[in-house]
Amino acid sequence: MKKLVGVVASALVALIVWQVVITTTSLPRFILPGPGLVGQTLWENRLLLTEHALITISEVVAGLVLGACIGAFSAVFLASSLVARTLIGPIFVFSQAIPVFALAPILTLWFGYGLGSKVAMALLIIYFPVTSSFFDALMRTNRDWLDLARIMGGSPMHIMWHIRIPAALPGLASGLRLAAVYAPIGAIIGEWVGASKGLGYLMLLANGRAKTDLMFAALIVLALFTIILHASVNKLANKVVD
Amino acid sequence: MAHAPALTLTGTASFGGETIFRDIRLNIAGGQWTCLLGASGIGKSTILKIFAGLTDGLELDGTASAADGGLKGRATLLAQNDMLLPWLNVQNNVLLGARLRGERPNKVRSQEILTKVGLVGKADTKPNMLSGGQRQRVALARTLMEDRPIVLLDEPFSALDALTRIRMQDLTAELFQNKTVLLVTHDPGEATRLGHAIKVMTSSGIEDFNPPQGKVPRPIDDLDVLTTQASLYSRLREPTV
Repeated sequence: MKKLVGVVASALVALIVWQVVITTTSLPRFILPGPGLVGQTLWENRLLLTEHALITISEVVAGLVLGACIGAFSAVFLASSLVARTLIGPIFVFSQAIPVFALAPILTLWFGYGLGSKVAMALLIIYFPVTSSFFDALMRTNRDWLDLARIMGGSPMHIMWHIRIPAALPGLASGLRLAAVYAPIGAIIGEWVGASKGLGYLMLLANGRAKTDLMFAALIVLALFTIILHASVNKLANKVVD
Repeated sequence: MAHAPALTLTGTASFGGETIFRDIRLNIAGGQWTCLLGASGIGKSTILKIFAGLTDGLELDGTASAADGGLKGRATLLAQNDMLLPWLNVQNNVLLGARLRGERPNKVRSQEILTKVGLVGKADTKPNMLSGGQRQRVALARTLMEDRPIVLLDEPFSALDALTRIRMQDLTAELFQNKTVLLVTHDPGEATRLGHAIKVMTSSGIEDFNPPQGKVPRPIDDLDVLTTQASLYSRLREPTV
């Protein structure tokens, strides 16, 4: 409750500052619309915004789920095989030197204008943080536990499943928390490069027609969604770690 | 119960080119408690590791063997750190070995063992809800569950308060009767209570020290035990050559 009061209060402060800037500078509304106008646009275009938001949300959620699964699987695979680490490790690091944004045009070419290319973008952008934070945690298993497991005669596969993975879940959880923030970025960039639906597409369209108020409205919807997504993933991650 | 073999370790051990101990000869009688004392860093824990088969990076120029064959899969370890997995409840910690080997966990037996170590009704409790003494009992139950003929104890009671320690010594002595037990300890009191044989390790080798008379675990207030404890203290304080 106390936290909620804090959030409302800080939102109010931000709105007041925003309004003060508008009043004192008298900027034209296509450069910076006031909070009142953005609120009004948000309400008037609620159906349009919902329609586009649902597209973006499905891209983000699909990318997040796929990226988390593939990332977690890769981390376990790399952690369980020295050969894999030696052969794939350097490629893995090199691939991260390529800015994912630079791949957006080619992904659009490969996967088309629809959901596919955006899901791929979101997936690629979260793949590395999920994989690397889970992998690091898998490689830092308490030495004593591993010794105990060896004395007990445990097989590498069972040790992975019963000790290394559970012990590394906090690492996976922090990777997922990052992923929840990154995934929407990936989807939006995908939409900027080529799309006919989604909040990113809508923002670009509104910007081009100097409908700055609509652009801001879409931005607010996106930010709210990202916050909710992050909070849900955080809750889930805490549950998994506990 | 599997036959508890005598153990032998001879030779020189080094780690990364640095010698840990040189030319030692250690004989441990089968089916008895042997207590090994000595200064920190002298290599006592390395001896346990060798018998446990944890020899990564360790070079042994010599032999480590059981009288009737190999050591592989025949030893179990109970250390100062209970090594309980915090995400598993008591019962699943006790059953860990079976799970790691891909065997079907014997829940009935784990319940019997938990009863033996005095943890009835704690099967579903997570380790963080237990006291230090209770946690060590869980570790003891896990060690018993493994039912190996060779038991390696690495200062298992040193983190416990004095009274808990005595109770745990009694319980462990009772439960590991007729097994080949090697107990590494810093506590002469513990060694004189529990050891059928007592050995002192110095940089010049391993020497026997006569244990007191009487059945293990010996009473804490027995005069002979206390006198032996005092002379063992003196022995440990002697400067080494």
